[in-house]
Amino acid sequence: MGSITLKQVRKSFGDVEVIPGVDLEIHDGEFVVFVGPSGCGKSTLLRLIAGLEDVTSGQIVIDGQDVTQAAPAKRKLAMVFQSYALYPHMSVRKNIAFPLKMAGMPADEQERRVQHAAGILNLTDYLDRRPGQLSGGQRQRVAIGRAIVREPSAFLFDEPLSNLDAALRVNMRVEISELHKKLATTMVYVTHDQVEAMTMADKIVVLRAGRVEQVGSPLELYRKPANRFVAGFIGSPNMNFIEGEAAARMGAHAIGVRPEHFVMSTTEGAFAGTVGVAEHLGSDTFLHIELDGGTPIVARAAGEFPVDHGDRIWLTPQEGRVYRFDKNGLAL
Amino acid sequence: MATRHQKTLARLMVAPSVLLLLGWMIVPLAMTLWFSFQSYNLLSPGMEQFIGWTNYKYFLSDPAFWTAMQNTLLLVGGVLVITVGGGILLALLLDQPMFGQGVVRIMVIAPFFIMPTVSALVWKNMFMNPVNGLFAWLAKAVGAQPIDFLAQYPLMSIILIVAWQWLPFATLILLTALQSLDSEQMEAAEMDGAGTWAKFTHLILPHLSRAITVVILIETIFLLSVFAEILVTTNGGPGYQSTNLTYLVYSQALLQFDVGGASAGGIIAVILANIVAIFLMRMIGKTLE
Repeated sequence: MGSITLKQVRKSFGDVEVIPGVDLEIHDGEFVVFVGPSGCGKSTLLRLIAGLEDVTSGQIVIDGQDVTQAAPAKRKLAMVFQSYALYPHMSVRKNIAFPLKMAGMPADEQERRVQHAAGILNLTDYLDRRPGQLSGGQRQRVAIGRAIVREPSAFLFDEPLSNLDAALRVNMRVEISELHKKLATTMVYVTHDQVEAMTMADKIVVLRAGRVEQVGSPLELYRKPANRFVAGFIGSPNMNFIEGEAAARMGAHAIGVRPEHFVMSTTEGAFAGTVGVAEHLGSDTFLHIELDGGTPIVARAAGEFPVDHGDRIWLTPQEGRVYRFDKNGLAL
Repeated sequence: MATRHQKTLARLMVAPSVLLLLGWMIVPLAMTLWFSFQSYNLLSPGMEQFIGWTNYKYFLSDPAFWTAMQNTLLLVGGVLVITVGGGILLALLLDQPMFGQGVVRIMVIAPFFIMPTVSALVWKNMFMNPVNGLFAWLAKAVGAQPIDFLAQYPLMSIILIVAWQWLPFATLILLTALQSLDSEQMEAAEMDGAGTWAKFTHLILPHLSRAITVVILIETIFLLSVFAEILVTTNGGPGYQSTNLTYLVYSQALLQFDVGGASAGGIIAVILANIVAIFLMRMIGKTLE
């Protein structure tokens, strides 16, 4: 059980409207990722669901129950914070057991659940340490452990990986995904990193300035972005946009082509340009190209592609991989 | 990374100030130690002579000594309890968002800027005076017999005055500590189902423990030597009811003119302060880890 429904949820801080009205349906067992640039209101939305902020108007329904006015602890949700928010003076065991202790659970049941959670998260050897004696990844796992033991109906993650280094982030990403498969509990995950969103989500919610721009599975968003913002946000490196005559020829205000959807040639093609920086990674080659009209383009070639700074190059978008946008940025 | 040369240089540079401070401390201490073994009375000048432990024997066997000892501990303990307890409460209140927070905070700190003699006199004449005092007026307003605080409860009154002076200090330190509490931790506790009391005992108090230790340490150092408040209010009386060790040493030296005996008392006070310091240091070592 863990379905969450938001109905016309609005939030303002004083005169500033942070969330102008969001409708959203999260099904039981889904891994939903809120993604968007910083300041887009994704964390606020999560905190509204958690109950740490009061909604200005609208309704939040969890498992069929209206919890709009309910206290955070009554919503049966568990949250993992960006700073982990572990209690520094308690051992790992006491940290994990804290929500159970607050719920007045008998000591032996507490211990059983702590051991179970520690087993899942490989924390058994660290139970008697303090958070200060743990590495970043271990602290992260303790924070997750504290969420697991409550057996909540849904987990909320607020940018949990942003304090970890790159290698650890990839590991923890996989661990959280595995945890989701194992527990099959609803998870709502906030991040500004579209790679995390693409790799982990069942469903991505792209937010901009408090508005939901598009909701869909990772590949849906990749294949059919609803507008220019989503198209530019999803995918790495970002989509290239070409405006002007070339776009007008295709009946659009702007056209977008992803870096991986160019066919490159040193002799002929639709657009001509000059190579600026060439990044040869072996498996891929990323070329930063300036078209003759001055438009900067990033293109990816699979494998090796022997060009260098200053070389002339011609690009042709692949058939059916060109996105067209109108003046307001909506996809045509 | 400091090289050996830099370390030597650093030691050389701090040496003058260390030596100055050492001399500043060691000269009075040595003189007190010296006087404490002398028969030295201001009423019989030129009669000084070495008399061994006699001064100490006299001072320790003085019935006033044990009363003073007890009063000193009661004074320190009482003020600590009031300031730490009240300080935590005030800090929690001042941490709440409210209108005019800045002004209120400054006003709360104000008593700390008033010199001890002045605040003691204000308390004595404007609050505790049995005829003109505010408390007497209040008592009379409800038809009760005014209490002569400084005569009937002298030590308690002095504890009250000193606590009033030190409450702002404790509040300030604890408020600063409170503001450094991670708000995400509080939110996590809220999600974990902790109520107000549970948050206070499981999160806020442990977080404040370091600041509380600092407050206790600093206040103890100053409270062991409370003097001005006693001098201007009760003069240690009635009898010895509000005499602490500091005041007893003062009266021995400047009221009874027995410098030798007072010096012995001074040395005993130094030893007492060091015993307290050892306990406090251990306590601090534990909380600071």
